[in-house]
Amino acid sequence: MAGRKMTSLLKDAAKANGLVVALVGALLLQAEADDTCLECHLQLEDNLQAPALQIQTDVHYQRGISCAGCHGGDPSEVDPDSSMSPSKGFVGSPKPRQIPSFCARCHSDVEYMKHYNPKLPTDQLAQYKTSVHGKRLAKGDTQVATCISCHGVHGILRPTDTRSSVFKTNIPKTCAGCHADKKHMAPYRIHTNQYSDYLQSVHGKLLLEKKELSAAACTDCHGNHGASPPGLSDVAGACGECHPSNRDLFEKSPHKEPFQKARLPQCVACHGNHKVLPPSDEFLGVSGEAVCIHCHKAGSKGYEVSAAFKTLLDSLKTATEEARQLVKKAEVAGVKVGLTKFDLRACEDAIVRSRSELHSFNLADFRALVQDGMAKAERVKKASLLSLEDLEIRRKGLIFSAVLILFLCIGLWLKIRKLDRRQ
Amino acid sequence: MRLFPSLYGWVSERLDVTPLVYLVKKKSVPAHRHSLWYYTGGMTLFFFGVQVATGILLLLYYRPSAEAAYESVQFIMTEVKFGWLIRSLHSWSANLMIGAIFVHMFSAFFMKAYRKPRELTWFSGAFLLFLSLAFGFSGYLLPWNKLAYFATKVGTDIASQVPVLGHSILVFLRGGEEVSGATLTRFFGFHVAILPAAATFLLLLHLLLVQVQGMSVPPALEKNPNAKSIPFFPNFLLRDLLGWLLALLLLVVLASIFPWELGEKADPLAPAPAGIKPEWYFVFMFQTLKLLPAEIWFIPGELAGIAAFTLGGVLLFLVPLLDKNPTGRWGRWISRLGWMVAAYIVAFTILGYLWPAAK
Repeated sequence: MAGRKMTSLLKDAAKANGLVVALVGALLLQAEADDTCLECHLQLEDNLQAPALQIQTDVHYQRGISCAGCHGGDPSEVDPDSSMSPSKGFVGSPKPRQIPSFCARCHSDVEYMKHYNPKLPTDQLAQYKTSVHGKRLAKGDTQVATCISCHGVHGILRPTDTRSSVFKTNIPKTCAGCHADKKHMAPYRIHTNQYSDYLQSVHGKLLLEKKELSAAACTDCHGNHGASPPGLSDVAGACGECHPSNRDLFEKSPHKEPFQKARLPQCVACHGNHKVLPPSDEFLGVSGEAVCIHCHKAGSKGYEVSAAFKTLLDSLKTATEEARQLVKKAEVAGVKVGLTKFDLRACEDAIVRSRSELHSFNLADFRALVQDGMAKAERVKKASLLSLEDLEIRRKGLIFSAVLILFLCIGLWLKIRKLDRRQ
Repeated sequence: MRLFPSLYGWVSERLDVTPLVYLVKKKSVPAHRHSLWYYTGGMTLFFFGVQVATGILLLLYYRPSAEAAYESVQFIMTEVKFGWLIRSLHSWSANLMIGAIFVHMFSAFFMKAYRKPRELTWFSGAFLLFLSLAFGFSGYLLPWNKLAYFATKVGTDIASQVPVLGHSILVFLRGGEEVSGATLTRFFGFHVAILPAAATFLLLLHLLLVQVQGMSVPPALEKNPNAKSIPFFPNFLLRDLLGWLLALLLLVVLASIFPWELGEKADPLAPAPAGIKPEWYFVFMFQTLKLLPAEIWFIPGELAGIAAFTLGGVLLFLVPLLDKNPTGRWGRWISRLGWMVAAYIVAFTILGYLWPAAK
């Protein structure tokens, strides 16, 4: 009975909305013969039809949770008044303010979530309540982001799905949806240049251009469900998640306390926040691009120490470059370099370690590290020069052979002349 | 025979070597003011021998793949005892052999040694020249270093300019669209199997013809009633040996002053270094193609150049058939043309090295 009615309705739908919708509907009917929500909404138009189409790719729908799973009601009832009756548990569309707790009915239920994904955290709502978004929502600001602002509504995909709005490479754009919108952000008096800055940053270039998924996106520093700007003293903690050795060194450095007193945001004070440019050795020292001189003025002790850091690092780089050129010369010439190349790697490592070590801002430790690296570079240079001496040994051997051959030529020439004279 | 009477006796009891002994005893070689050029052939043969000997030794360690070629040559040069010497001699001897072939070819050309009945000797020699160029081109890539890689890329690109068949030639040479490990493998195949087989056959034929027909005397000296000659054994042979020793001396001096480098490993993804040039014996052609205008009449300049060089090669091969009267007016014109070609080759080779890399 219901099947015949549906067939006739689908014929009308085909006329009204086209064959494609009718075919999609037919396929869905085949799969969900008793889900009257989909049956009816597929025959409707625009906003009322869209959820029924979008839900096909939705992660919830694919795991067996259909419309009624969230909205309530009775999907086995054909009569809309009955299927969407509050007496059957129908709740309709939640208001923006209700959305976090609406999703949390399942997502905060540890026992329930275990059936679907035992690894999935269930603290999203608790985290959300600590976020700037959550706090504002609690105060009645319905313009802030809720679950659906980032995850979507009826076509929610797994975060690991590259098409998902919360897949790592899509996060910056998702956040920028609101945070780069001047009109949207105007009441909050916060900047809207985070996304454009991020695009220029070392993180943005790695993530968006090179698709390096380990590079930081917005949520790596701000958190996701508990999103909030890190406090002044939390910056190193946020950056330190990926840069732990630099964080540890900074925490023990003489900069830690003065930065706190001066309300300088730790790492961000020198490197910037959203526009973290690729680090350069020119940040160090007292030249025009140096960041040290923003605080340490000429004549101060800090100014001299900054210059000393830069001089030491430059001398290590120069020594390593000289060593590298000698190794290359020996290699191109075809003499044995073997282990010298490994030693050269140790010099290059020393530069990397020095660049990290300088975050301790301890000149004595830094000097010791640089001198160790320079000693290695010296060893590499000596070994390369020794290898290049092989070329000289080879040359001398060949010259000796050439002299012997020359004598042989002279001897043969004299023999030929003697032979000619005899004849 | 006097040196080893018992050995001679042992052999002659089993094999009639009288004709050979007779040939050695009676064979004589013309002696005149141009006979110095006769030794260029012997020197070329010497360099060929060096190539065969050092090539076989290199084969013991060389691995023909993009992943291992460079490292294997590095191993030869750094770990194998006297591997550096073998590799240096192979590389220098290859260049000297091609140089000696050019000198030998031009000396035979100007002495009109190709005239009847020695046409076949000329044909086989011309073929050997082309084979030597192919040896050089294929061998240059084998160490898989940066310069060789890009020179091969440029060289095979030029081949693709040939109308209709160009792309097929390119794919045949490269073993694909790009210079890759497949190119290296097939160049190795050409270098150590196909070309040596062809060259050995032609060289034996060339030497046999020279022995059977004897040395050619320039037309101007041919009818000299006072023409002199020297015995082949031992006088000429000792002089030839002296030529070989001088060739060896030159080889050793060059290898000691300019040790052959390994270079940097080829990186197909790296940009081509500035001023890429082929081996010196191709530079005159490369420079000509560079200087040709984009279009000559309605033909693309590069294509016109390739056509001209192909025609030049064909004409060189057919010289004995074109110069029927070497002492006549036409013959003298051919000689003059030969001088012009020699001057052009020298001038454009020098120009190729002096020409700024950016141009």
